[in-house]
Amino acid sequence: MAPLEELTEAWHEARRDRAFRHELAGLLETYCGRPTPISFAARLTKHLGGAGVYLKREDLCHTGAHKINNALGQCLLARRMGKARVIAETGAGQHGVAVATAAALLGLRCRVYMGTEDERRQALNVYRMKLLGAEVVGVEAGARTLKDAINESLRDWVTNVATTHYVLGSVLGPHPYPAMVREFQSVIGSEALLQIRKQHRSLPKLVVACVGGGSNAAGIFTAFVPYRQVELVGVEAGGRGTRLGEHAARFAGGEPGVLHGTRSYVLQDQDGLVAQTHSVSAGLDYPAVGPEHAWWHDTRRVAYVRVDDSEAVDAFHLLSELEGIVPALETAHAIAYVARVAPRMGSGQAILVSLSGRGDKDVAEVARLEGVTL
Amino acid sequence: MSGRIERAFARARKARRAAFIPYITAGDPDPGRTVALARALERGGADILELGVPFTDPIADGATNQRAAERALAAGTTLTTVLETVRSFRLTSDLPLVLFTYFNPVHAYGLARFSVDAASAGVDGVLFTDVPVDEAGPAHEALRRVGIELVLLVAPTSTRARVKAVRRLAGSFVYFVARSGVTGARTTLEEGLEEQVRLVRKLTKTRVAVGFGVSTPDQVTRIAQFADGVVVGSVLVERIAELGDAPELPGAIEALARSFALATRRK
Ligand SMILES: Cc1ncc(COP(=O)(O)O)c(C=O)c1O
Repeated sequence: MAPLEELTEAWHEARRDRAFRHELAGLLETYCGRPTPISFAARLTKHLGGAGVYLKREDLCHTGAHKINNALGQCLLARRMGKARVIAETGAGQHGVAVATAAALLGLRCRVYMGTEDERRQALNVYRMKLLGAEVVGVEAGARTLKDAINESLRDWVTNVATTHYVLGSVLGPHPYPAMVREFQSVIGSEALLQIRKQHRSLPKLVVACVGGGSNAAGIFTAFVPYRQVELVGVEAGGRGTRLGEHAARFAGGEPGVLHGTRSYVLQDQDGLVAQTHSVSAGLDYPAVGPEHAWWHDTRRVAYVRVDDSEAVDAFHLLSELEGIVPALETAHAIAYVARVAPRMGSGQAILVSLSGRGDKDVAEVARLEGVTL
Repeated sequence: MSGRIERAFARARKARRAAFIPYITAGDPDPGRTVALARALERGGADILELGVPFTDPIADGATNQRAAERALAAGTTLTTVLETVRSFRLTSDLPLVLFTYFNPVHAYGLARFSVDAASAGVDGVLFTDVPVDEAGPAHEALRRVGIELVLLVAPTSTRARVKAVRRLAGSFVYFVARSGVTGARTTLEEGLEEQVRLVRKLTKTRVAVGFGVSTPDQVTRIAQFADGVVVGSVLVERIAELGDAPELPGAIEALARSFALATRRK
């Protein structure tokens, strides 16, 4: 608890400090390449034959995903707190790469925990992290995915808290993480709101994002939540079936529970044991979801839907072929939902999608799934 | 408050000892053997038994207890079977029993229903590894109604304000984490432990048991000079892992427990 109290206090101080905000904004601009644009997806729109589709291009951030927004914010905070070492969990490897990058930039030591199943399917990112000077530690427990990496990170943190800050990668875990990570990611929505108004000349009818822990979704939704006329949809991983263990659709199959210091929807059995999950995308393969998403779900501000593995892989190809953008498999879930609903919407309406990351990391795994040897 | 826990501390004190509090994971190596192991610990000199409820995501535990939880879960252990184990142990024993659990299994079981069933099974105390004191009000209340005490953790990093909050909810003892981090055997003891224990006792106005990392009789003796109780877990769990299904398991655990129980004497 003491580490959380220390962190909460440090974060509250930092966010009130102009110098801190200024430094972060400067790095986001000159190091990450923000603001990222929104692109009108002309050929995808034509192909779907309905609403116009706009892509918020987080794939163009340095390191290739939205994760860097949060990683930079928290690493600056770590330095401010006098912590010379940062640790992180990672699923898809994007958050791990982002933290390793920020740590290299700021001269912090970095260790990343990653389930060994994720190390296998995101091997490119494992090597990238090592190139960036981080130590990558494989976690053998459980399903050997994101949840297990978080367990190990929490254990490291409580053991080494005097020297170490834990850079949690999504809107998960105990307070202040969900609020802090959302704030670092809210730059996505703040930019997108201005951009879509300028390019489309009105608000979108629908905003769509994939939901693993929920950080890119929270980042883009937050700006639009006050506009009741804008529908918000979060897309979860439907995996390969509807039985417990075959998917990561917390809102379809989960019950309220407590995992990693947060009360939210959790995939679990009747004895309160946390279920294993499956998704083709490592970044969505997690049995709980950020608590604010649970709130948005219960108050019906955001609708949560599921997209299964094969639909996501189809969308991975679709966006690559029609727009010249290879999306991350996580992001492909959001694209798949857009492909489902855009044809039913009017051509004057706009859909804004969070293009949370690029898919280079997934190329080898998709090839393997399709029987292609590289 | 639970009479059994109070009496156990009083008895140990009278005998000029710290209370010996062994920990094992319920259901390890399988639910059928836990009662025999609990009896072995009692014969070996346990004053209070701490029984871990295995969980899929034991974030407060080191590798030894993680493996134990995996074995117990693989053998079909659930909170329901743990309560059955307690019930059958209670038929023949009056040893005070504290459940050491993560919150989610209790949440899924239903806090109120769990409290009633735990009390009727014969549980005396419950420690939630992942419920901080400021969130512990409802659990404290549900347990208090059925006469079970809440056992709270205090860490070396706990602020004074937090330790004082613990005092409002604590029962006959608090559990002081000898070293920040997770459970698991360690060879060295934290410096300044004695002063910390005295401070915690003063601030919480209750007894202090020390655990997390205590692994040799020698450490037990040193801690016993200033603490009210000493918790020994991972070494016992390691021995259970080594012996597994072997018939000599209860005998070996009893002997190991005795070596620790004898070490609780005050000089
Ligand atoms: C590109 C991309 N999108 C989405 C996610 C899912 O995380 P979140 O729901 O926190 O945005 C990840 C996680 O690794 C990711 O790499």
